[in-house]
Amino acid sequence: MENLLAFIATRYIYIMTIILMMIGLYALIAKKNLVKKVIGLNIFQTAIFLFYISFSDVDGGTAPIFLPDGVSATYVNPIPHVLILTAIVVGLAITAVALAIVVGIYEEYQVTGEDGLQEVMKRQ
Amino acid sequence: MIPGILPLLAITIPLAAAALIIATGRHMNLRDSVTLGAAASMVVVVLAMLPEILAGGRIGITLVPLLPGGDLALRVDALGMIFGLVASVLWLLNSLYSIGYMRALKEHDQTRFYFCFAIAIAAAIGIAFSANLVTLYVFYEVLTLITYPLVVHVGTPEAMQAGRKYLAYLLGGGICLLAATILTYTLTGTTEFIPGGFLAGAGAAALSLQVIFLLYLGGFVKAAWMPFHAWLPAAMVAPTPVSAFLHAVAVVTAGVFGVVRVAGWVYGVDLMADLGLGVLLAVIASFTIITASLFALAQDNLKRRLAYSTVAQLSYILLGVSMLSTAGLTGAVIHIPFHAFQKIALFFCAGAVIVGAGRENISDMKGIGRKMPVTAVMCAAAAAGICGLPPFCGLVSKVYLSIGAVQAGELALLGVIIVSAVLNVAYFFPIIHTMIIARPSDDRALDTVTEAPLIMLVPIILAVTASVAFFFFPAVPFLDLAEIAIADMSGAGLP
Amino acid sequence: MNAVISQLPPLLIVVPILGALLALLLGKWKRSFAYPITLAMIGFQFAVSLVLMESVMDGEVIHYYLGGWPPPLGIELVIDSFNSFVLVVILALALLTAVWAREGADLDIVPEKRVSFFVVFQLLVTGLCGMAVTGDLFNLYVFLEISSIAAYTLVAAGRNPRSLIAGFNYLILGSIAAGFIVLGIGYLYIATGTLNMGELAVMLPAHYGQATVYAAFLFMMIGFSIKVAFFPLHLWLPDAYTEAPAAVTILIATATSKVTAYAMLRVIFSVFTLQYVTESFPVTELVLIIAAVAIIAGAVLAIAQDNLKRMLAYSSISQMGYIMFALGVANQAALAGGILHIMAHAVMKGCLFMVAGMIIYRTGFTAIRQLSGLSRRMPVACAAFALAGASMIGIPPTIGFMSKYYLVLGAVEAGEYLAAAVLLAGSLLAAVYIWKVIEVMYFGDVHDEDLGGGLEAPVSMMVPVIILAASCLLLGIFVELPLEVVGPAAAMLLGGG
Repeated sequence: MENLLAFIATRYIYIMTIILMMIGLYALIAKKNLVKKVIGLNIFQTAIFLFYISFSDVDGGTAPIFLPDGVSATYVNPIPHVLILTAIVVGLAITAVALAIVVGIYEEYQVTGEDGLQEVMKRQ
Repeated sequence: MIPGILPLLAITIPLAAAALIIATGRHMNLRDSVTLGAAASMVVVVLAMLPEILAGGRIGITLVPLLPGGDLALRVDALGMIFGLVASVLWLLNSLYSIGYMRALKEHDQTRFYFCFAIAIAAAIGIAFSANLVTLYVFYEVLTLITYPLVVHVGTPEAMQAGRKYLAYLLGGGICLLAATILTYTLTGTTEFIPGGFLAGAGAAALSLQVIFLLYLGGFVKAAWMPFHAWLPAAMVAPTPVSAFLHAVAVVTAGVFGVVRVAGWVYGVDLMADLGLGVLLAVIASFTIITASLFALAQDNLKRRLAYSTVAQLSYILLGVSMLSTAGLTGAVIHIPFHAFQKIALFFCAGAVIVGAGRENISDMKGIGRKMPVTAVMCAAAAAGICGLPPFCGLVSKVYLSIGAVQAGELALLGVIIVSAVLNVAYFFPIIHTMIIARPSDDRALDTVTEAPLIMLVPIILAVTASVAFFFFPAVPFLDLAEIAIADMSGAGLP
Repeated sequence: MNAVISQLPPLLIVVPILGALLALLLGKWKRSFAYPITLAMIGFQFAVSLVLMESVMDGEVIHYYLGGWPPPLGIELVIDSFNSFVLVVILALALLTAVWAREGADLDIVPEKRVSFFVVFQLLVTGLCGMAVTGDLFNLYVFLEISSIAAYTLVAAGRNPRSLIAGFNYLILGSIAAGFIVLGIGYLYIATGTLNMGELAVMLPAHYGQATVYAAFLFMMIGFSIKVAFFPLHLWLPDAYTEAPAAVTILIATATSKVTAYAMLRVIFSVFTLQYVTESFPVTELVLIIAAVAIIAGAVLAIAQDNLKRMLAYSSISQMGYIMFALGVANQAALAGGILHIMAHAVMKGCLFMVAGMIIYRTGFTAIRQLSGLSRRMPVACAAFALAGASMIGIPPTIGFMSKYYLVLGAVEAGEYLAAAVLLAGSLLAAVYIWKVIEVMYFGDVHDEDLGGGLEAPVSMMVPVIILAASCLLLGIFVELPLEVVGPAAAMLLGGG
């Protein structure tokens, strides 16, 4: 039992990330409404971002800005932050395109849910 | 081996003709003269190489480095020359005949017809002159594909169905051949044809070599050995010139040619004997000969009867190879040209009956000989040749095969030859009887029957005359070429 | 001269971005400017890629450090024989598609959106070229996403409302895949601290046994498999190819799928190296089995289709199985066959999809049975289809046969006889679905007499088709030429280059 608690205490961030990812995937797959699917996609991507940032943390590290000469310190790793900034932009673009498509589908079929979508497609 | 441009010329002439045929498609006379001109020049080119080959030399040229295993390369030797001569000379005869046939029946899509024919000949010559398995395979598949439009020419649902069957069998065979080629390459590192074979030195297990031979046999399904022969009767829906040339001469000859090539130049006679492959071939060939002859008895459609006769006759060649004796191999190799000339004459006659009388079934041909005397007589002559009666060349190959059976000590095979000779007469004689001796029940039935046009009769007469000439002078040039080829195949050690 | 050539790689990325911007600005002013700008930019890129391929053919590798920062600080662009070959292929296809799209785009794209079409087209090319030249893993992900987003947009851009749904499904699945890929990249970063492909190859062997690296490999494999539409993760592909605008289908079926396959092979062989996939985490057997299933399943599903584009889509799934087959066997001959097949399939499928697009453009026919007797009205198009189709079946001496020969040779040399048999059976199945179309085109009665005769498509659509169809035959006969590049590329991959 202590082992489990210790495990959770040190690795809680990973567990949270995984849970978030699963929520996102669930929403993506199980939800019928297209907008909810896009939200699920966002949750999934956010979970991945959190994961990246979590491993950039260094014990006892400080913000990665150079201190004045003569003062040394351990810095938190800035590279994953940089990577995630890029990935966030990518995610933004994907969300934008996805929502544009959803709007297009709505204008065409007057539905945003997959249930209705299947029926409508059969009618076509 | 002398490097020479002649083999390449032999292939490029029909290819260039194909392009010209497309270009002159609208002008019938120009287009047909392209075909005739190309055929004539090809005969000249092939004959030009004959003296060198008869002297024991070889002419070759490497075209393009192609794949690991073989470059696209040509090499003309005695065996290849036999097939090459057959293909080129009979293309000339067949072109003359086709022009007559297609015009008389006012067939559609003639340009496509001649175009495909020209490329098919190029492929057949390519098979004849190939220097290695890869080149053989390339031309083999091209031949399969380009004969498809010829088979389904009439475009009826039955023709399309037959075409699908045709492709299924032949493409499946192609896959087997590819597998065999690649396996040969991985075992030995080469696919070049070497007289006496090169597989023996590979150090492979006997079972793998036997399996590979089975794959080769599967590849050469063009030889129409049973039970994978069904594509040949099905392909009889094609116009008669197609049936005559491709399925009595080029396509099927490519099949048996392939078997002989592999037996002599990849495996070698000794290896074949060691692996017991002779027995395997003998069983398959005997089964095919007897069964196909029996099927032929049951056919009423003349072309289908001839198709089954072809199936049986091709297995004579396989039978000869299986004997692995000098006379047997010689008989097999000379049966290739002799059968070709006789069978094409028979198919030409069948086509002449279609043109002159509009009849396809033997039972409808009662007494036709009175109105179509030349056709009927030529038909009788060619049939006699196939049965092995003098003075036709069919007797020569049959004699060699019989001697070969005795030489190899396989009296069972001699029995097969004798039985099938009886069956041959059994299914040919009724045709002759019906055409010449019988009288139609209704005297008016023959009113619309006329003799076939002269342009169709000339090739028939030429083919039959040739088979008589070959009886009296077999050495020119086929027996001589055969001797060189057999010497290549065996070297020493044949009974 | 070498100094100039070594500065060329970033041009491949910068030029199309510039082109997209130019096309957007100038296109707002005058719509007809979009096409010539696209053509010029892609043409220039194609020339550059040829120069680059020529200079790396002898085994030299070009390294370019962006901004002058050497790795691991900076991002590196690497040109070697493998990716220069892929670059030439995809830029050639992009160029031909652009030419085709001059008229072909009008089929599905409303005229008001024509400028946007060419802009996003160039962005797609940017992403693809970037993926092909980069030497940094995260950079690979970024360019992958650039090309994917452009692809999602293009797929959804058709007149047909179903293209929106196809685009949406493509987007969802593609984004999940990208998420997995970036997760895998993160794991690799955790293990080694670097993102540069060359350095990873050196540093990873020390970590081979770790769960982190296993996880990274798995995530990336699955992510890439979805992107490449490797059976059974192919579900987005049939709809996307069928409903997308014709010009888009050509580009994604040839260029996008090829570059993604390239990325997968690159990651597996140059980052994880052959040793990993055969010893530490032996997946090659599994990949071989799945590839064999993909080949058969794709072909069988293709046979069942009546819609021409959908049949070609399932055929593509089957053909990608061939490239995965090369991965599963992983020896010199098979890899050479796989890389050759990258080029062969791009050329063959490009030609086939172009013909399909031309047929729809002229006649509106989408179903195979409607193509009855088409050879009398569109003789050149049908002849091109027949030639490219023969290449798909693997009839010698076309290029399709050459790549198949190498694959079978590789399988036999590795002792995988059953897999080789499956590959050969696949070509028989391909014969069935290709021949179905050829039979109908050439031997059927003419469908819908009212349309009249002489329906050949405009020249700007015919020229790319003829070039591609002729290439199927010529590249096959003169296969030694591509092999000069492909052979060393395969050797380099196996050696962990």
